[in-house]
Amino acid sequence: MNFDDTPQEAEYRALARKWIEANRPDDLMKELAAADEIKDRDARTAKILKASKAWQKKKADAGWACLSWPKEYGGRGATPIQRVIWDQEEGKYGQLSGPFAIGQGMCGPTVMAYASEEQKRRYLPPLASGEEVWCQLFSEPAGGSDLAGLRTRAEKDGDDWIINGQKIWTTGAHFCDYGILITRTDPTIAKHKGLTMFFLDMRSPGVEVRPIKQASGHSGFNEVYFTNVRIPDAQRLGRVNDGWNVSLTTLMNERFSIGARLATGVPEFFDFAAQMRMADGTPALDDREVRSRLATWAARSNGLKYTAYRAISALSKGERPGPENSIGKLVAAPMTQDIAMYALDLQGPMGAISRDDNSPAGKLYQTLFHAIGMRIAGGTDEVMRNIIAERVLGLPGDIRVDKDVPFNKIPTKGR
Amino acid sequence: MNFDFSDEQKQLRDEARRFLSENCTPKEVRAVLEGKAKYDAKIWKGLADLGLLGIAIPEEFGGAGAGRLELCVVAEELGRALAPVPYSSTVYLASELLMLAGSDAQKKHWLPKIAAGEAIGTLALVEAVGDATPKSIQATVSGGKLTGRKTLVPEGEIADFAIVVAREKAGDDARGVGLYIVDMKGAGVSAKSVETVDPSRNHAEVAFSGAPADPLGQVGEGWSCVDKVLDRAAVLVAFEQIGGADRALEMGRDYALDRMAFGRPIGSFQAVKHMLADMYVAATLARSNAYYGAWALSTDAGELAEAAANARVSATQAYQLCAKNNTQVHGGMGFTWEFDCHLYYRRSNLLALSLGSLTMWENRLIDEMRKRNAAA
Repeated sequence: MNFDDTPQEAEYRALARKWIEANRPDDLMKELAAADEIKDRDARTAKILKASKAWQKKKADAGWACLSWPKEYGGRGATPIQRVIWDQEEGKYGQLSGPFAIGQGMCGPTVMAYASEEQKRRYLPPLASGEEVWCQLFSEPAGGSDLAGLRTRAEKDGDDWIINGQKIWTTGAHFCDYGILITRTDPTIAKHKGLTMFFLDMRSPGVEVRPIKQASGHSGFNEVYFTNVRIPDAQRLGRVNDGWNVSLTTLMNERFSIGARLATGVPEFFDFAAQMRMADGTPALDDREVRSRLATWAARSNGLKYTAYRAISALSKGERPGPENSIGKLVAAPMTQDIAMYALDLQGPMGAISRDDNSPAGKLYQTLFHAIGMRIAGGTDEVMRNIIAERVLGLPGDIRVDKDVPFNKIPTKGR
Repeated sequence: MNFDFSDEQKQLRDEARRFLSENCTPKEVRAVLEGKAKYDAKIWKGLADLGLLGIAIPEEFGGAGAGRLELCVVAEELGRALAPVPYSSTVYLASELLMLAGSDAQKKHWLPKIAAGEAIGTLALVEAVGDATPKSIQATVSGGKLTGRKTLVPEGEIADFAIVVAREKAGDDARGVGLYIVDMKGAGVSAKSVETVDPSRNHAEVAFSGAPADPLGQVGEGWSCVDKVLDRAAVLVAFEQIGGADRALEMGRDYALDRMAFGRPIGSFQAVKHMLADMYVAATLARSNAYYGAWALSTDAGELAEAAANARVSATQAYQLCAKNNTQVHGGMGFTWEFDCHLYYRRSNLLALSLGSLTMWENRLIDEMRKRNAAA
């Protein structure tokens, strides 16, 4: 039991470290931080994208983009453990890759699995280098956890498909060049069976992107409306009515992210409790109740870290890490919410004052809202528990009353 | 990175599991629980024959001279099987204290006997309600004779010797506290059984009246030795706890698959599934934290105190959650004597207290985090 690299891993780490040392994007990180201060969404987005694209292009030119992809598609042909080593070495600079996370993490693998060779050579390299940004058009007002309940229609018209409908919670749609889109092509058969996947140019006529104002007041997500949007049949991914299986490829990539930097709120709360004074003037960190709660949270947060270490060790041995990785978000997201609420409570009535500063208390206040989204995005807490119960523990799936019903006969209460 | 046990260590785990699955079934556990014996002597002898009592004892003292990682994998199996034997008091506490503070003569005398299964040892620490502190130590040694009263002495009725925490100088701080080896079968010692939440392990109240006491280490260093050994034991007991937690989770899962209600297996109801998923999450986090504790223990790292407290807090919470939810999944059957759920429920609550309360270990974790942050 040790934390040491194998000689090959150490060699790879040295290579990555040397390149990062020589190309540190400290100036771009400053640009990224400065973008935070900009209130106007379009101006902020433009500033973030400029910094992110500069770093991504630099990495791609040197062969450090999308490491696990084959070289001919803009990657490096790296092993999973090499990707983890790169992530560790890139560290905080990885924040610059935020705008590309969904495109490279989810759309790319789907395109790689289902697009034609010509399309792969056309679209994957610029996706890897950040020159083109992709989004994922899955969730709908009527299809969230029950994604297969989606209603956006695709109807065949010659060599094209005509798209009508609405997507929601689309991260980055307002700055993306392309997207992968799941649609309903046959409403007269069971819901999982009548779906088809496409990719499309986000500038196609009839695509309208509108920001969603979130509970926090911020707008990071969008609604996307489709009005008679034409997509050539050549941009279909997978067979007609096989879109559900195609989407599973995408979603598997969403939940399979090893050693990902998950915010838990524990370091922020530790700093907060060390600074905060109780009514009698003693540090909150001396309070019995505060210590008890923090100890529980710290142990859970540490448990996530060492669970990731176990997964990395499995990768290092060439094994496929087990499903224990799916617990990360389920542990971290509700914990950040509990921590944020407790930090407010410790301040008494003053805790109610809204703040957006960078102090520990300010960060925890913002977490109060961020946590709502964390608990939903990429699978709600409840969906994650179902996944663990069914796929890890082997418990039976829920009884699905709409499974064998034609989609257009499923009750909707008129909504 | 290789944050895992080696193939040899996994083989040892398999070997221990095989032995225990054949020799330590719920029947053996219940025999001790129901008072037919104070421990299972046959299992104890079997562990000695397999060389599992002296794993971490150096070869020159009759042990196998392996490391603490080997001890961890065996601990997990003992916890999983609820082994009704005095392993933790003898191996994690007495043996570790002898190796830490013992003179050559003391080690030569006791360690080979422990490894051979000829001596059961224990630590006599607790005197009053609340977690033990230097102030709580009132047993006194004067002229080589020990006088005082200890309670909740693990395996107190069956131990051949105890390491007793006592004070040679009056006062309420650690300066006057020392450790003393006392022959539990000798003069001036009387042990009386105390029934605990988990009678599958023996506990006793022990009165010492002028019992001959052999000093172990220096007076004034006794408390810091206890502190160090509690850290080591916390990691090892954490492995017992994750072993038990895993077994409780399996029992709950199996029952949820098997038990039908409302025309379907109860494991198809989300309320039940989510309870089991939460158990899996807690057990997984506790396992990972225990592994980190094992690394710190085996390398005697500076991080041991924090790693031990972290492993302990996590394992205590995971085992208690898994054991109580397992009984809940079993519904009314979980409340019967006949089903084994209560064996795990009992053990989870015993282990949660045996090295000091959860609160005590939470405090140790925060203290260590604070030290690390101050040093950074």
